[in-house]
This record gives sequence, C-alpha cells and structure tokens, in this order.
Amino acid sequence: MGLLDKQFADDNIIITKVDDLLNWARLSSLWQVGFGLACCAIEMMATSASHYDFDRFGVIPRPSPRQSDVIIVSGTVTLKMAIRIKRLYEQMPDPKYVISMGSCSNCGGPYWEHGYHVLKGVDRIIPVDVYVPGCPPRPEALLEGLMKLQEKIRNESLIKKTT
Amino acid sequence: MTEKEIFDILKEKFPESIIEFVEAQVGENYIKVSPLEIDKVCAFLFTDSRLQFDSLINLSGVDDANGEKKVKEDGSFNFIGGTLSVVYHLESLKHLHKLTLLVSIEKDKQDVVSVTDIWAHANWHEREAFDLLGINFLNHPDLRRILMPYDWDGGFPLRKDYKDPEFYEGMKIPY
Repeated sequence: MGLLDKQFADDNIIITKVDDLLNWARLSSLWQVGFGLACCAIEMMATSASHYDFDRFGVIPRPSPRQSDVIIVSGTVTLKMAIRIKRLYEQMPDPKYVISMGSCSNCGGPYWEHGYHVLKGVDRIIPVDVYVPGCPPRPEALLEGLMKLQEKIRNESLIKKTT
Repeated sequence: MTEKEIFDILKEKFPESIIEFVEAQVGENYIKVSPLEIDKVCAFLFTDSRLQFDSLINLSGVDDANGEKKVKEDGSFNFIGGTLSVVYHLESLKHLHKLTLLVSIEKDKQDVVSVTDIWAHANWHEREAFDLLGINFLNHPDLRRILMPYDWDGGFPLRKDYKDPEFYEGMKIPY
C-alpha cells in the first residue's frame, strides 16, 4: 500500500511517486466488461452481489468494452464465442487485463477431450494475466484472483518502459 | 391404446411404408417406418380421431455405429457403410398414449422427409440432427446449422468416427 498510510498532518499535500499514484488509481477502480459465459458467471454475479461485494474493490460491470479495464472470462469458451471474445478484447482501451475464471476457460475443463465445440483455454486467443482455478471457483477464489491482478498492477510502471 | 394396436391400425392404412414392430429388450417398443413416407404416417397419426398424437416430445438423430470398422495406423477409425436413425417420441394429450417411431437410413443416402408441417417445433430438432449427424431433411423450410458455427466444415461431431479438425478460424481445436 503506502499511499495513504501517512496521516494528513500538514495542510493537503501528499508526496508520492507518480507511478504509485497512477497505479493506485488504476487498481482501485477496475471496471470489468459486463460479460458472463456459463455457470462461472453465476459465481461472478454472486461475487458482485452484496455478500461478497466486488464493488468495495472498485469493480463495476460496464455495459461497454470501450469503458472497461478488465475482462473476466467466466465460463466455457466455445469456438463460436471465441471470435466474439477476441473482438470484445480488441475493443477495450489499453492498459487492459484478462482474468480467466474457472477450468473451462483455463484449459477446456471437462471438455478437454470430446469437446468438439470448445476452445481448450482462452489463452489461445487473448493473453491472460490471472488464472483462477475451480469448477466453478468460489467467490473467495475470484476475489483472490482480483487481488493478484491488483498486485500485478501495483508493480507496473506506466512512466518507465520496462520490457 | 397400446403400441401393438396402433401398429395394427397403421399397418392396415400404410401396408408399404410401415416396416415392422420391434419389441425392445430394453426401453420402449418402437415401430420402424420408411424414411420417405414418415410425413404421411405422422400426418395420419396427428389427425386420426382414435390416435391424435398432438405432441412430438422429442426428435433425435442417432449414429448406430454398425458399419464395417476400419482402424487406421494412428488409432482413429472409419465406418464403411452403416446406418443413421431418427427417433420420434410422440404423445397424445387427448388419449394419453405414447408411441415411438424409428426411421433408419443408409449413411450415404441420408434423406428423411421433414415433419415440420405437422409439428412446427420439429424445425429446430431436425436442424440439430442435420447439424450434428448430417441427416438431410427433405422439405424442411430452413435447414441451416443450429449449434455449430455457420461456416463449420469440420464434419458432423456426433458421428462415431468423427475426428476434430486441426484448426477452426486459426484457432487450434485439439487439446
């Protein structure tokens, strides 16, 4: 953390690094594409609801990929849907992140052998930042995945080009 | 009315197109019908006052996997010849009796007459059988793929000798 752990002692001045400020702002309001695919989407909705409250992390489902920061691929990616997911991902503005939720979207899940209609892992079409295992993952697991993503964002730098 | 009584009525009305009454060892007894006459038989079953089969519970395609099996070197196999089947489950909500019809076709012919004119909801069931097994329904108003992508040309997935194509639209399909 570190941005606001010092008290506001003298007037309203905070001294911090630009990177820290930008990253803190970005990781505190990750807007996700309002998008669900299968049974994992039910768990995702449960995570958004009051009991687990995704909103306390600043995660709000947006109805447009053009206003979103993160896409949670929650469920079985069929070949038909894979083309649409790729198009949604391409419409999102940079910097953008992908959470792959559940076994199906990680690697094909139960459809790995006889799933003639299933893409065996969404990472075959778009780059994935965090994989959340489970079938479906419990809301706690999705929250853990989101916190892993926040950790990743916290250590990035938009100013310095680190490759 | 029992299946046997219905069979006798049908046999009298359609001596050519009704093939046989099969008493199943497991499951339901069924009546075998010729694939090009199934629409006439169904229309009669629908309209006749003694029968009145107003509901088509299910229509499904089956690969009977009964051809000559040829195993290739890599372990995959093909069926030479063999048959596909279409199974019709009917129920009459007026008389509360049920009936199962079965149509059997050669794999290289694949033609069955559609029953969409009689039960409109057969439309999507027949599209599914066409999509997944490659059964061609004659007189169907809109015989497109229903589940697989419209531009899919990788074969019919529910055939027993189906093998995944390597790629679809640049995406690798096998695990």
